[in-house]
Amino acid sequence: MIEARIAKRFGAGAESAAFELDLAFEAKPGVTVLFGASGAGKTLTLDCIAGFCRPDAGRILLNDRILFDAEAGVDQPPRERHCGYVFQQHALFPHMKLRDNLMFGAERLPRLERHRAVNEMLERFQLAPLAGRYPHELSGGQKQRGSIARALIAGPEVLLLDEPARGLDLALRDDLHQALFALRDGVSIPILLVTHDLEEAFALGDALLLYAGGRIVQRGAPRDISARPVSREAAVLMGLTNIFDSEIRALDPGRNTSRLRAFNGELSGPYFPGRFLGDRVQVCLPPSSVRLASGPGENRVPAELARCTLLAGSAVLEFSNGLAVHAPLRDYAAARDSAAKDNKEWYLEMPPGELRLIG
Amino acid sequence: MSIDWFPVWLSLRVSALATLLSLAIGVALAWVMANRNFSGKNILDAVVTLPLVLPPTVLGYYLLVSVGRNAFPGQLYEKLTGQPLVFTWQAAVLASTLHAVPLLAKSARAAFESVDGRFERAARTLGASELRVFWRVSVPLARRSLLAATVLAFARCMGDFGTTLMVAGDIPGRTQTVSIAIYDAVQSGNGVAARVLVLVVSVVTIAIVYLAGRVERTRETA
Repeated sequence: MIEARIAKRFGAGAESAAFELDLAFEAKPGVTVLFGASGAGKTLTLDCIAGFCRPDAGRILLNDRILFDAEAGVDQPPRERHCGYVFQQHALFPHMKLRDNLMFGAERLPRLERHRAVNEMLERFQLAPLAGRYPHELSGGQKQRGSIARALIAGPEVLLLDEPARGLDLALRDDLHQALFALRDGVSIPILLVTHDLEEAFALGDALLLYAGGRIVQRGAPRDISARPVSREAAVLMGLTNIFDSEIRALDPGRNTSRLRAFNGELSGPYFPGRFLGDRVQVCLPPSSVRLASGPGENRVPAELARCTLLAGSAVLEFSNGLAVHAPLRDYAAARDSAAKDNKEWYLEMPPGELRLIG
Repeated sequence: MSIDWFPVWLSLRVSALATLLSLAIGVALAWVMANRNFSGKNILDAVVTLPLVLPPTVLGYYLLVSVGRNAFPGQLYEKLTGQPLVFTWQAAVLASTLHAVPLLAKSARAAFESVDGRFERAARTLGASELRVFWRVSVPLARRSLLAATVLAFARCMGDFGTTLMVAGDIPGRTQTVSIAIYDAVQSGNGVAARVLVLVVSVVTIAIVYLAGRVERTRETA
């Protein structure tokens, strides 16, 4: 278990604005995802925990061991913190073979155990056939698996992963994710994972810390945060980019339904506990939850297409009423054909269960 | 006519010893300057740079005063070894070292600073001590530039004239290094000896620089 309270200020520089990191959190064994936009302070948090960066104030505890305490003047050097760190770009020593890289990490173990531990770790991360290779002879995913193996062999009490999948193409990313799944189930230490990738955050995260501007704006299980973002900023960060104003017209806890006024009509939604009739609310839902419909109907709103971008397997459609839709290509093709018939009017269906309130 | 080969051997011996000494001192200084922050760092940097910019005779004079028989370092040396330091080949080693240290310290510092910090940080998170990080990570990663700096330092030692002349003198068969021997030969009108020595020094220096480059290239491809 790691408990951190960190405050760190940076004055404005020639090319950078002033920045302040000010947050407190605790992370239990399992994967805690540090999620947010670039420059929100996620990597800086890891650096403070690992001891690469000294906070101005605060306290960092790892299993009741004090790593840093500004008031008591405690600041353990990185080598005594027992924090495994996996860098954005792998940091395998380029002048050592993979096996020697792991041996470097195994130095704390008794001499006789090192070889066995290294072999086990190589097996565990499916790296045994590559042990004799230098880092430049490995693929990106293999390098990152090697970095994780090396970090683990030193027996860390917390594992810090700074965007390990960054710069890997899709296949290698999958490969790394498999390794991270195995890792999550195989170790009982806290793992802090910095990522920009929402899918990765949902797939791997037991808990999520949502960062914005050096602060944690929301925390909890990824699905809980997505179900009820506390602010517009949090909603956008969680990919709930379809946001519109609305008014509650009816609430029925018995049937778990509500009626919302929006887009010059009414929409059905789920029951919203703690809300009253007449409340002005902000409603959000992800672009992937909005469906393209062939004509008018319940929870469907007419819309005019403003822009369309075709991707490999889906279409990103932006409408003039502010809504966006990510639709599979074949849905897009069907809707386009029916829109062509019906005076270019598109219909967007918002499933009641997908509507959520901000705040 | 016969040519006295002693100055060539002496210069090689003096340069090799001075290069080793300045490598140890220069690399240690460079590591401190690249990795530590302390209040007198700028002053240390200036002092280290001084031998690069001072005229060799001025440097030699300082050295002569500080290791002479009336100065404490000179007396200490005499007490320990039973002979004075000035006007011996050991003084020539000292003079060459003083000349080569700044060169090595500056190049080695640049070499250490160019090593990507994440490798050293990774080593620290793995529990490595600073000494281990230095020997196992920083030095191997900076080895190319360190080797280049060492070769340059050796060449500089081979060519040292003014400072060596001031503290080691020009005693044929004892302290006369090849640069001084060439000067002597020219002064005394012994053109053949001068030409041969010049040629030998040039060939030796070019060979060393070439070999160092070759060693590095084979390491790169290994």
